[in-house]
Amino acid sequence: MSVKVLTANRLTDGEVVWLGANGEWLEHIDGALIARHAEAVNALEEAGKSAIKSNLVIDVNVIDVEERGTDLYPVRLRERIRQLGPTIRLDLGKQAEKPKAA
Amino acid sequence: MYRYDEFDHAFVSARVEQFKDQVERRLAGELTEEQFRPLRLMNGVYLQLHAYMLRVAVPYGTLSSRQMHKLAHIARRYDRGYGHFTTRQNIQYNWPALKDIPAVLDELASVEMHALQTSGNCIRNVTADHFAGAAADEVGDPRPYAEILRQWSSMHPEFSYLPRKFKIAVTGADRDRAAIQVHDIGLHLKKNEAGELGFAVYVGGGQGRTPMVAKKIRDFLPVEDLLTYTTAIVRVYNLNGRRDNKYKARIKILVHETGTEEITRQIEAEWQAIKETDLKLPQQDVDAIDTYFAPPNLVQRPEGWSGLAAARKADHAFSAWVDQNVTPHKNPDYGVVTISLKPIGGIPGDATDAQMDLVADIAEKFSYDEIRVSHEQNLVLPHVAIADLRIVYDLLLTDGLATANAGLITDIISCPGLDYCALATARSIPVAQRISERFGDPERQADIGELKLKISGCINACGHHHVGHIGILGVEKKGEELYQISLGGSGDEICTIGDITGRGFSSEEIVDAIETIVDRYLEIRTDKEETFLATYRRVGAAPFKDALYSEVANAA
Repeated sequence: MSVKVLTANRLTDGEVVWLGANGEWLEHIDGALIARHAEAVNALEEAGKSAIKSNLVIDVNVIDVEERGTDLYPVRLRERIRQLGPTIRLDLGKQAEKPKAA
Repeated sequence: MYRYDEFDHAFVSARVEQFKDQVERRLAGELTEEQFRPLRLMNGVYLQLHAYMLRVAVPYGTLSSRQMHKLAHIARRYDRGYGHFTTRQNIQYNWPALKDIPAVLDELASVEMHALQTSGNCIRNVTADHFAGAAADEVGDPRPYAEILRQWSSMHPEFSYLPRKFKIAVTGADRDRAAIQVHDIGLHLKKNEAGELGFAVYVGGGQGRTPMVAKKIRDFLPVEDLLTYTTAIVRVYNLNGRRDNKYKARIKILVHETGTEEITRQIEAEWQAIKETDLKLPQQDVDAIDTYFAPPNLVQRPEGWSGLAAARKADHAFSAWVDQNVTPHKNPDYGVVTISLKPIGGIPGDATDAQMDLVADIAEKFSYDEIRVSHEQNLVLPHVAIADLRIVYDLLLTDGLATANAGLITDIISCPGLDYCALATARSIPVAQRISERFGDPERQADIGELKLKISGCINACGHHHVGHIGILGVEKKGEELYQISLGGSGDEICTIGDITGRGFSSEEIVDAIETIVDRYLEIRTDKEETFLATYRRVGAAPFKDALYSEVANAA
């Protein structure tokens, strides 16, 4: 089932970020605040507006994601590419970072 | 090459300072994104999927070695070690941090470059034939006129908020290498019967969601009238262009809806009113700009030809590269070298910082310090002595820059597509890479001959798919990438918009579909001399559609 998270680009450097459950903007989708019903989606949208006002992020959007086990999988290809980096340059973007220690 | 005068320096520096201040105010929260967005766009700063993007203008595609070294330096220091040369003869950096961009603009200004008017609803970077000043078939160098247009259009107070963006291209040869008929204004520099220079003027061409071939509204406009006439065109557009609908706001729609005859009448009427004003170009001003573009004093190098024959005999790969990537120069001792940025399976238009430095070094030693960027996303060394071709080839080989495919099926134009672009609906680069690999065999592509394949990842058509002999448009349908094919487009002097073949193809199917088209062409061409485009123009779409869609073909 698809649920929603809030994503944006960081003002200073354009880095792709997601709003975390802790209220911080995270550089990885893990830990993103998940909205499972309409009221929660409204809350995400409000959080987005407020983040724009505080000049932390730009281009704020609520996006659809699927919960696959413990992972969040964006429904649209565009968002999966934002999550990882260019599919033609695996050495760039978030996909190029070293895997997290287990 | 053009050199900034005091006014240019002061103007560009002032703009850098102004933008530095705007960025500081944005980062301090004094400007909202809504306020800042139009300001950053005026300075070439976009937001893409992964980061900001800085689009740097390369006016009429001309660069010196010093400038190319600077582009390499910026890629290395402020970006991720590469840049992307675009179909607008610009370069884009895909990863700059906003806070660093004023410093980048400072660096650019130090070599007389900028990012002004690479975005926004203004007159954009003026493009020109990438062989300008060198090609054997040239009537006159289009760049002095492109430079005059650049100076006139930079921060033009009347034309800074047009209904939509506005693109001007200039060519100086009958063979149109600048795709002038798919620009808002296309200028073809030519001579009249008295031997005087002037322009054939085309208006209202463009690609995007409503592709149109420009209409010729004047067969010969004297050079002195360049700015008065251009002003008249842009003024009529500025007044009457559709501001109510973004998708109908380009001049092509105005020309189409108004009719060529009526729009010409309006332009001519406006022109009559301003024809004898300050904008009329004095010959001494044209001459002054002309001197900047005087051809370099080419040393006679007649020894090249005998050596070339021997070198070609000894090395088949070198010979193929000379055949494909070296074109005739005005001076028979020289050639114009196309440096392909389309390695087999590579990313069209991308160059690493090291490659940029290498090209700059080669240009300094072997091409009179000149480099060109082509709208086909390649680089050009305009003045290479035939005697130096072998050494230039060997140097290019050292960093993967000697692919012998200029004009062939693997010399693909591709926009960045969904891998980078916020507007894209599908990826285009991976499709280009797979097609390049499929047809990468040198003998196979040489046998196929000239075939311009162009891919866009959305309807905006930055990849020029409408004028590809084979064009591919990527769209999103039901969450999947789908690729539509068009055939028979051409951006040269016989300009045509390609015809869509029919239903689109999935990402898995698209490369096979292209191969089906190419195989059908090889079956039905009269002989090897008949190019894909000539065959298409002779037989039309039917044989290709049959091959793509017939049940027999599908069952096979």
